[in-house]
Amino acid sequence: MSLWEYANPVRFIRLTDRVLPALSGAAVLCLVVGLVWGFFFTPDDYRQGSTVKIIYLHVPAALMAINAWLMMLVASLIWIVRRHHVSALAARAAAPVGATMTVIALATGAIWGQPMWGTWWAWDPRLTSFLILFLFYLGYMALWEAIENDDAAADLTSILCLVGSVFALLSRYAVNFWNQGLHQGASLSLDAEENVADVFWLPLLVCIAGFVLLFVALVFLRTQTEIRARRMRAILARERMA
Amino acid sequence: MMPDLGKYAVTVLSAYGVSLVLIAALVGASLWRARRVRAALRKVETRRTAR
Repeated sequence: MSLWEYANPVRFIRLTDRVLPALSGAAVLCLVVGLVWGFFFTPDDYRQGSTVKIIYLHVPAALMAINAWLMMLVASLIWIVRRHHVSALAARAAAPVGATMTVIALATGAIWGQPMWGTWWAWDPRLTSFLILFLFYLGYMALWEAIENDDAAADLTSILCLVGSVFALLSRYAVNFWNQGLHQGASLSLDAEENVADVFWLPLLVCIAGFVLLFVALVFLRTQTEIRARRMRAILARERMA
Repeated sequence: MMPDLGKYAVTVLSAYGVSLVLIAALVGASLWRARRVRAALRKVETRRTAR
């Protein structure tokens, strides 16, 4: 069976209907276990005190903010190359989820930054590229809403997504590129010397798994909704023409 | 049960509060729209088959 068979809306809805309950359950379980573990059962950091507990929300949200855009990029490329409606609608469905993750990352970052850096905000490379990524999310969603023709909207938003991908990558690698600003380097890295201590890392990993599962479950649910909304618009348009 | 968050209690609790409210709002809005669109499509399809 080919992956492209799931580009068929009926097959996509049938498959996602089957996996959504398990996916949602796993997301809730991971989030509850990870957050309770991190909040109640991990020690304070010797430098940052109890504010280190914000890491369990800030890092997974920031990761998902960037990766949601990358998922939208892949879906947009599939739309541009193969013209599968489900992929364009999946990209549309992921945008509000990614935008919310970006707001969570920005808000928790500001709240965390105030006591640690002495300021809520700085025009630091990573913070600034993240803010621009959020503006791209807003522009992407606004463009979908502004264009009545679904195919034209998918074309234009796909191009916007390609352009915005530069900022999604910049927000991930800004610290490495410019090596300046207030924001620290990556909390998680394949280079073991840079990683957070195990006592924080394990609950953080569970929280990241929870955020990823929540993202996938929400994108499945929202893509189903977009498919149904598109079908409804098509039926109503046919009725108007008849 | 509640850990001692010391002088950063407001900071930590507000970060958790903001995040959980945003996640709950996103999940709630997604479920609400899913239900609304599903019901509207069912209505349109029923009307269509009734003709």
